[in-house]
Amino acid sequence: MAIKVIKPGLATSIQDRGRWGYYHVGIPPSGAMDQYSFLAANLLVGNDENAAVLECTYLGPELEFQQNAVVAVTGAEMSPRLNGQEMPLWTSFEVRAGDRLSFDFLKRGARTYVAVSGGIDVPIILGSRSLYGLGAFGGFEGRNLQEGDLLPIGANGSAFVERSVPQDLRIAFPELIEIRVMMGLYDYLLTEEGLKNFFETTWTLTPVADRIGFRYKGSELRFIKRKQPFGAGSDPSNIVDAAYPIGSIQVPGGLEPIILHRDAVSGGGYAMIGTVISADMDAVAQTQPNSKTRFIAVDLDQALAARQERNQRIARLREALAA
Amino acid sequence: MSRQQILSPLPGTFYRRPNPTSEPYVTEGDPVTADQTICLIEIMKQFNEVKAGVNGKLVEFLVANEDAVMAGQPIAIVEIE
Repeated sequence: MAIKVIKPGLATSIQDRGRWGYYHVGIPPSGAMDQYSFLAANLLVGNDENAAVLECTYLGPELEFQQNAVVAVTGAEMSPRLNGQEMPLWTSFEVRAGDRLSFDFLKRGARTYVAVSGGIDVPIILGSRSLYGLGAFGGFEGRNLQEGDLLPIGANGSAFVERSVPQDLRIAFPELIEIRVMMGLYDYLLTEEGLKNFFETTWTLTPVADRIGFRYKGSELRFIKRKQPFGAGSDPSNIVDAAYPIGSIQVPGGLEPIILHRDAVSGGGYAMIGTVISADMDAVAQTQPNSKTRFIAVDLDQALAARQERNQRIARLREALAA
Repeated sequence: MSRQQILSPLPGTFYRRPNPTSEPYVTEGDPVTADQTICLIEIMKQFNEVKAGVNGKLVEFLVANEDAVMAGQPIAIVEIE
């Protein structure tokens, strides 16, 4: 039994917590871009926390269920409709064989998560069911969903329990997003003015924002003119190739900063001026093109405190949704 | 006669032409058919065609070429006979 894809949406993929431990050999973690909303969706339907879900970007799919199931929709505001009737977000609901699930236009945020009791049961590759699109593996046949796909559902789905995420544990969508950054390793290559511009500019997210990276415009960041070292490209923003952390920010040509996200390449020759702290990567994932972002510098202690705060929030979420 | 708005299904950048050197898909005042492409929305390096969705006359575009649009935002008005 399965779910049939009637319309695939724009870029709907199967994701779980991710594929850890292979980035050093060039395979990125992939996995849900907004891990908090992903976790909430699984907890709502009584799944294992790492069950695979659908990640729907900007435009939702239309799905036909061929079996009864429990479903929950979290993340970006794209209201689900069951046989045309609007259903709540952040709340579990039952679907029957033959039911159709569709979505309204996106209102706020960028990525919506759809968990189904039992999880989407595609093969586990290198420890994960997540799609890595550039590598054409994982997910459903190594690609985004297409019309007519039959998505297998795991057999051990839970019985329906009505659960809802309390309002204060849902994600917020501020008009101006503040993203915390730890500077380094190459921020010293920026001019003083370039560094100042990075923090004083209100950046606009361009439409070039996908699972690999998020590109912003708004200002020019000058790099110090120097004699490029052997092995580095000729532009002042080039370095001798180095490993790219997830969340690292590069500024090719000093023009448009790019935040690398969970499907990023693992290394290259652009100077990383800073790295988004792990606690703020979910917020990056939920930004829309043309939305406004400011970057705030934090130190390691502040970054670790933010991570702890995020972990406490996750603990409260688990507690609120415990059966 | 009634008027119907065409909504953008996606957030992104709005384009009237298939490429910078081509003529626009539709000129204001032209007749359109439901399956006719009226514009492109660019997002994630993909250019998505938006169809008119109804038969009629495209009276007016509500956004300028290369403007940013939101999902659900009205982008054009079609007069239906």
